[in-house]
Formats: sequence, structure tokens, C-alpha cells
Amino acid sequence: MSILDYLTGRRRKNSAQQAKERLQMVLVHEGARRRGPDFLPQMREEILQVISKYVEIDQEQLQIHLDRSDGYEVLELNVVIPEKRD
Amino acid sequence: MTKVVTVTSGKGGVGKTTTSASFSAGLAERGHKTVVIDFDVGLRNLDLIMGCERRVVYDFVNVVQGEASLKQALIRDKHDDNLYILAASQTRDKDALTKEGVGRVIDELKEMGFEYIVCDSPAGIEKGAQLALYYADEALVVTNPEVSSVRDSDRILGILQSKSKKAEEGGSVKEHLVLTRYNPERVEAGEMMAWNDIVELLGVELLGAVPESEDVLNASNAGMPVIREKGSDAAAAYEDIVARFLGEERPQRFLTVEKKGLLKKLFGK
Ligand SMILES: Nc1ncnc2c1ncn2[C@@H]1O[C@H](COP(=O)(O)OP(=O)(O)O)[C@@H](O)[C@H]1O
Ligand SMILES: [Mg+2]
Repeated sequence: MSILDYLTGRRRKNSAQQAKERLQMVLVHEGARRRGPDFLPQMREEILQVISKYVEIDQEQLQIHLDRSDGYEVLELNVVIPEKRD
Repeated sequence: MTKVVTVTSGKGGVGKTTTSASFSAGLAERGHKTVVIDFDVGLRNLDLIMGCERRVVYDFVNVVQGEASLKQALIRDKHDDNLYILAASQTRDKDALTKEGVGRVIDELKEMGFEYIVCDSPAGIEKGAQLALYYADEALVVTNPEVSSVRDSDRILGILQSKSKKAEEGGSVKEHLVLTRYNPERVEAGEMMAWNDIVELLGVELLGAVPESEDVLNASNAGMPVIREKGSDAAAAYEDIVARFLGEERPQRFLTVEKKGLLKKLFGK
């Protein structure tokens, strides 16, 4: 095997990986499904309202992600509650 | 109980019609009364792949529009009494099909005692493809290991999950991934995405992989579903797919490079 073969072989090795990585970005971004079901924005609103009843939080402080892997879905909520100052 | 199975992909030329033909022939071979419908109005091809192009008198559109009865339009397969074909119209445009019309035909096929109604979808994500999947209970999502095909499969999965009748009623269409034109050599060389990467990207379980095979072209030349080309890898792959679909446990094949024996090394394949 020549060095050139080795090099091009290596370059090709990257191409499948590259395809996967590019698709990962595109699919997450387009969110054609699951990742962004119709109810998500509404649910986010309502959760914000409930939290706001107890603590003061910023709109941006609530993050919701829906992930799917191996046949199950994980709903991930992230709320940052500001430190209470008194 | 009748099951409606739609073969879909978003992208064209990935193997929907090839898969529809072999999948329905495989179901029939196992004794299930099956009909396969060509939804590709204006671009009919299933009749050629099934080898019944000269026996098409009336088509799906004629039935939907009430110009012919279902009995007149159904073509019985030459080799298998359990298999029927409903051809697409070659002269009409896509708007000739309506949701209600298609629904009526499917109901009538159910009354006739068909166990499986296989719908060969046209390419795209517009009306034609949406009609083909609207009544689906299950879907075979045909995907090639290639970026644009995977992306389009993702789109069509989104449509299955939002625009199908099942979805409208709060349920879901059962999804299966069928990888076609898979080439383990190229996967091993890092030139082609591996099956497990595609499964991970799409989040759909693999029903089976069909290797890239010359037999597919040969079979289509002869007007015979490739599953009947006994002894070929493509036929074996489609037989596995049908068996797994029917609930049989079968280990996956054709995903890794086959170690060539000495004879094969000497004499080619
Ligand atoms: N496993 C395969 N190996 C080699 N060629 C294939 C395979 N599957 C499909 N093809 C070829 O790909 C082309 C498109 O297939 P087709 O089933 O008509 O796709 P679609 O219905 O999605 O447009 C055809 O020329 C067919 O022979
Ligand atoms: Mg086709």
C-alpha cells in the first residue's frame, strides 16, 4: 500500500463520519418531527406560568428538549432559578 | 384483520417500487392474500416490475372515479393466486386521487378479504405521497445510505407522525426502516454510512438491509419481483424482511463484508 493510498484511504474513512455529523446537525435543526411536536411551545408557556407562581424566572431560563433514542423519548427540562437576594 | 402497509421514502429512486413488489410477493408466497397498489399516478412502474403491464385494462384512478369496478381493475399475479396488483393511471394527473376515493377503495379491498394492502408511494412529500400514507397502519421507510435519502426519510417520518389518519386519531403508524443498496465493503472502507448510524439518526428500528445487487436490474428486466430470484442475496434479504415483518426472529444479514472462501477468491463470485 502506498502512502497515497493510505492518505486517500484515511480521507475516505472520514467521509462516512462526515455524512453522519452533517446529518445530525441538519436533522436537529430542521426538527421535522418528535424533537419539536406541536404541543411543545404551548407546554413551555404553561410550565413557565406555573414556575412563575413560585419563583421569579426569566423567559430564557427555561429550556425544553425532547430527545429520542433507542425507542424511548426523554423530555428534558432545564430551569435556572436566580439566587434569591434579600 | 387487514393491514395497510405503505412503502415510502420522500426521495425518488431509492427502491420503493422494488421493495413494494418483493414485499408483497413475499407476503403472498407465505399464503397471505395481498394486493399491491401503485400510487404513482402518471408515472406507473409497478406493473412493469411485476410483469403485468400488458394486462392493465383499468387502473386505480378508474376505480376511485367510479369508471370501473375493483374486480375489473385488479390484476391477478401470473405466478401466485394470493397476489393482486392495482396499477396506477398513466394518463391522469395526481389530482385524480382523493382522500375519500382512496378510502372507499381500501374499505372495499378489506371487505374482499385482503390481509395486506401494500401501497407503493410516489416520491416527494406532497399530496401524492401523503395520500399513499394516509391510511397506513405500518410503513416501510426505504432509505439509501446516503445523506439526501436519510434527510428525506426524516421528513417523511415527520409526515407519518402528523398527517396520517392514525396520527390524526391520536395513534401512530408503526415504522420500519428498510435500508436498500447497502454496500458493506464501502461501509468498512468508511465511504458509506453504517446501518447503525442511520438507525440512530432516524430513530427507527431496522427491519432489514438489501445489498446493492445486480440481480435487481435483471429481475426488473424480466418483469419479476427480485424475491423470486431464488439464490440471490437480494431475494434472501427480502425474504428476511417479510419474515421479520410477520414476527419471525431472524438475525440480520448482509450488514458486514462476507469473508470470501478460497474458491470464491479464485473464481470470483
Ligand atoms: N438493492 C438494489 N441493488 C441494486 N439496484 C437497486 C436496488 N434496489 C433498487 N435498485 C435500482 O434502483 C432504481 C430505482 O428503484 P425503484 O424501486 O424504482 O425506486 P423508487 O420506486 O423509490 O423510485 C432501479 O433502477 C432499481 O433497479
Ligand atoms: Mg417507484
